[in-house]
Amino acid sequence: MAENLVEMRDLVKQFPVKGGLLQREIATVNAVAGVDLDIPKGEAIGLVGESGCGKTTLGRMLVRLLEPTSGTIKFDGDDITHVKGSKLKPFRRRMQFIFQDPYGSLDPRTQVGDSIAEGLRLHGVDSKDERHQRVTKMLELVGLRGAHAGRYPHEFSGGQRQRIGIARALVLNPDLVVADEPVSALDVSVQAQVLNLLKDLQSELNLTLLFVAHNLGVVEHISDKVAVMYLGRIVEMTDRESLYRQPLHPYTEALLSAIPIPDPDRPKNRQILDGEIPSPLNPPAGCHFHPRCPIAQEGICDVDVPRLAAADDNGDHLAACHLRTGDHQHLNRKIYTD
Amino acid sequence: MSRLSRREALDKLVAETESADQFFEKPASQWRLALRRFRGRKSGMIGLFLISGLVLVAIFAPLIAPYDPNADLIGDEDVRRYQAPCVHLLGCPEDQPEHLMGIDGNVRDYFSRVVYGSRVSLTLGFFTVTLALFVGAGIGAVAGYLGGWFDNIVMRFMDVILGFPSLLLAIAIVAVLGPGLRNALIAIAIVTMPGYARVMRAQVLAIKESDYVSASRALGSSPGQILIRRVIPNAMTPLVVLATLGVATAILEAAGLSFLGLGAQPPLAEWGSMLATYRNQVFTAPHLVFYPGLAIMITVLGFNLMGDGMRDALDPSLNR
Repeated sequence: MAENLVEMRDLVKQFPVKGGLLQREIATVNAVAGVDLDIPKGEAIGLVGESGCGKTTLGRMLVRLLEPTSGTIKFDGDDITHVKGSKLKPFRRRMQFIFQDPYGSLDPRTQVGDSIAEGLRLHGVDSKDERHQRVTKMLELVGLRGAHAGRYPHEFSGGQRQRIGIARALVLNPDLVVADEPVSALDVSVQAQVLNLLKDLQSELNLTLLFVAHNLGVVEHISDKVAVMYLGRIVEMTDRESLYRQPLHPYTEALLSAIPIPDPDRPKNRQILDGEIPSPLNPPAGCHFHPRCPIAQEGICDVDVPRLAAADDNGDHLAACHLRTGDHQHLNRKIYTD
Repeated sequence: MSRLSRREALDKLVAETESADQFFEKPASQWRLALRRFRGRKSGMIGLFLISGLVLVAIFAPLIAPYDPNADLIGDEDVRRYQAPCVHLLGCPEDQPEHLMGIDGNVRDYFSRVVYGSRVSLTLGFFTVTLALFVGAGIGAVAGYLGGWFDNIVMRFMDVILGFPSLLLAIAIVAVLGPGLRNALIAIAIVTMPGYARVMRAQVLAIKESDYVSASRALGSSPGQILIRRVIPNAMTPLVVLATLGVATAILEAAGLSFLGLGAQPPLAEWGSMLATYRNQVFTAPHLVFYPGLAIMITVLGFNLMGDGMRDALDPSLNR
């Protein structure tokens, strides 16, 4: 097994909710409620979950755009959880972020070439010629022309802007790239192009990728491993094949059954979840999923928080479910065939 | 066969479009687009025309004015105090010396004084707004960017300034600093500063949450670099408009202070103080009040029209 580039341990992010006359803190939202996640070098991990489950927050914490409330992040062996200022800068160079909204992530008053070159300028590529060269090369790598460097963002389409965003993230040759739903704002036809580009670049440049998405189909296409998040916690994590072939957590099952299949004759054994995703302001006790879970058992699931546990012997398939991988497997054992 | 040729035609078209694309590489920057839109607006162009005319008058005042604005003409010419304008074209006898705007109470050529007055008003308007813009926008930007207690204290102080009627506060400040053009300038700058600070702060608050600022942060920019390279350039648009409109207000307030005797001191030719000096002669020598008033009106109108035009031109919703 490859060594881990990123190790996150018990990572928590709380946002204060302010209210009342004096803007006092009246509650906290647990956007990320204790996540352990390892990302091996050179692999692409997909992170899926519904809106509001904390996946973007987790990605932003990883590249230190958000300050973790507690827990640790190790990057290539170094603890970067609370590194600040100039000490953080060398790490900034090695991890980059691709934003969801291609319209908001480029400075409208800066030529795209300068936007891409910003990282080079900040990290000591002083010669203007060299910057120009690398920007041109980068633009060509993402499928644009070098001459586009002198244009402004409003002259590009959404897909082109996302390519520019990718070029900006990759120009520093980072080790880790966090892509926050990079295609969800794009047309379906353009989505495929951008996804393929990301995938090619990932293998070409040997990138480690954390790919955040709410679309399992998109994640299947790009990632080696998939982590499923629900309400601030990771509920299942395994390699792509076993997840799609044999999901363990009931939430993952529901997610997978929601993928539309373009075959009208195929029986629709959709598993529709009841209710809304609960508010992270006031999450259910025990397993966060139990109010919506088809197999939940009273007295077990609404009491204890399930931990991520291995379902198979070599420990590659992890799920957090009392009834499938935890101590109460006898109640609802899913036969694991591997 | 037809299918193949259609395919070929398509390829050719694509190739041509690609190469044609090369000709349009010249970037159309935001400012260039804005300028194009500005040209399309009549009111803005009228404003620009008025202001350009005034600026030219101010620059070439010594060439335009026939007399020294401060020299009295007693003994040089046969003229009386408060003498009405004498324009040869309008039937004034040719043997009398021409005075387009008449003669003032100190027997000076009023036209020359009004012409020289443009210098005072324009420089005053320009410097007041520049001072207010730099200090106000700077305070607003830092307050908005840092937030927290600094933001609270500074912006509440700005609210206090905004709470006073502006001319009254300006009078109070000049009363402390002492009358004079420079002190009037400082007073007006202080009074108008909160407007710039507020607009800048609001802009910064919105921009600092944007993804391109996050991107810059992820690349390793320090807060200072982000403020200067990303936030402030993107926040400038409404401030440019505000500043243009602000020139009109500043000129008006300066005229007001001079009218009250707190701004320009005699014998300096300044429109506001000229108005004030002859306000009691409105009925006996109306030209002495009319012309400086007209000059102030044209200037203020010009800046207001230009500001409106710029607001339309810089409106990002008209971008696409």
